[in-house]
Amino acid sequence: MIHLTYPFTKDQVLALKVGDEVAISGIIFTGRDAVHKYLHDGGELPPGVNLKEGIIYHCGPVVLKDEQGNWKVTAAGPTTSIREEPYQGDVIKKFNLRGVIGKGGMGDRTSAACKEFGCVYLHSVGGAAQVLAECVKKVRNVYLLEEFGSPEAIWELEVENFPAFVTMDAHGNSLHKEVLSISSEQLAKHI
Amino acid sequence: MSELQDSLVELIRRASAEIPSDVNDAIIQSLENEKKGTIAESALKIIERNIELAKRKSQPICQDTGSIIFYIECPVGYDQITFEETARKAVTLATKKGYLRQNSVDSISGKNDGTNVGPGAPIVHFHQHRSPELKVSLMLKGGGCENVGAQYSLPHEKLKAGRDLDGCRKVILDAVLQAQGKGCGPGILGVCIGGDRATGYEYSKQQFLRRIPDRNKMPELDELEQDILKTANELGIGPMGFGGKTTLLGVKICAANRLPASYFVSISYMCWAFRRQGFVLNGESAIERWLY
Repeated sequence: MIHLTYPFTKDQVLALKVGDEVAISGIIFTGRDAVHKYLHDGGELPPGVNLKEGIIYHCGPVVLKDEQGNWKVTAAGPTTSIREEPYQGDVIKKFNLRGVIGKGGMGDRTSAACKEFGCVYLHSVGGAAQVLAECVKKVRNVYLLEEFGSPEAIWELEVENFPAFVTMDAHGNSLHKEVLSISSEQLAKHI
Repeated sequence: MSELQDSLVELIRRASAEIPSDVNDAIIQSLENEKKGTIAESALKIIERNIELAKRKSQPICQDTGSIIFYIECPVGYDQITFEETARKAVTLATKKGYLRQNSVDSISGKNDGTNVGPGAPIVHFHQHRSPELKVSLMLKGGGCENVGAQYSLPHEKLKAGRDLDGCRKVILDAVLQAQGKGCGPGILGVCIGGDRATGYEYSKQQFLRRIPDRNKMPELDELEQDILKTANELGIGPMGFGGKTTLLGVKICAANRLPASYFVSISYMCWAFRRQGFVLNGESAIERWLY
């Protein structure tokens, strides 16, 4: 298990390779479909959101307000990342992202951006909303809530030992490409 | 608040937080089978812990609480309008309580009003039967797995799939290959051979009401189900698409008549976070027994 702690440096990221298990601690920002389209179309980051040396998490959490008016994340697993493929490479480049957390993997454009700018794709376990919500220690803030609605807003989260797996590293390797190739070959034998 | 509404809120809570025992058993089995020390095994361990945690905390197994699909079998003369109104209220209340995410978006304006109620949401299917019982089943189907569903029209030239069961096998396995880990595997397939474009998908989803160990009564379809399950698990896609031994936990197939001109094979994919529950009501409101 490799511990990744905010701020996420380029050296930390370059040392990671496909197949590594990581535990992430520090600040991360959620961002999914609406946020990626917005940023890609030239939208400004709201004041307070800093993605430099940061991690964006493809997640639409369930967040409730407690009696004291504090936000509490009650379910927070990843959403399918491939929908952000048209945007992710640009977002990595423009905002100096060091990591993307999601599920299902991403394609060649994102892989190329990871290699060029020093970023990794971290696969968390899809559906594991409770295990992952337990790693969220605090909701620091929320942005674009009114515009995009709760699942699509940018949530600034403080996480501790958030488990994920490196499936696309900063050296051009992708577990998803590898598994697709192996499974295609296997299927050809069975048809 | 009516007793029926209370019962429906409890149904939603239970469906969202508690995995049915047949699905749990299949996941435990796949964890035992997986090669030790792999990331596929680590992923399954997280899944196992998640199932336990969701039940203990009474919170959603997965944050994508999905399309809310009710299947109701009701006696002749049952007031469907009142049921549907009550179901919509129960959904709104369950959303406020956090059993459901604010998950329903106006497709034109892009607005999410946070109620989970709107045109086409929740989805309610009624079916009359001659029994006096009211039987309500609920499925919560997330978007990740819904997005990897596929409908093929046979013959399919590229896949060399003709209009027969071998052709069906080829396209179903192609759907598994295309889905890779994107649908949150290990998954369960629901398939309908035939029907039109709408009923094909509809019936494929209804297959998820069958328990995982359940065997098909039609020998041809039973054979196809077992074959696809075995073959899919030899492809090496594995949990989450990390590589590994379990790609699918189950395959359920039905058939519907088709037009001579059409031959659709409709495939729905259900994630490991397979949320379904149901109950039979005593009279019109109190829960008599759970279905899963």
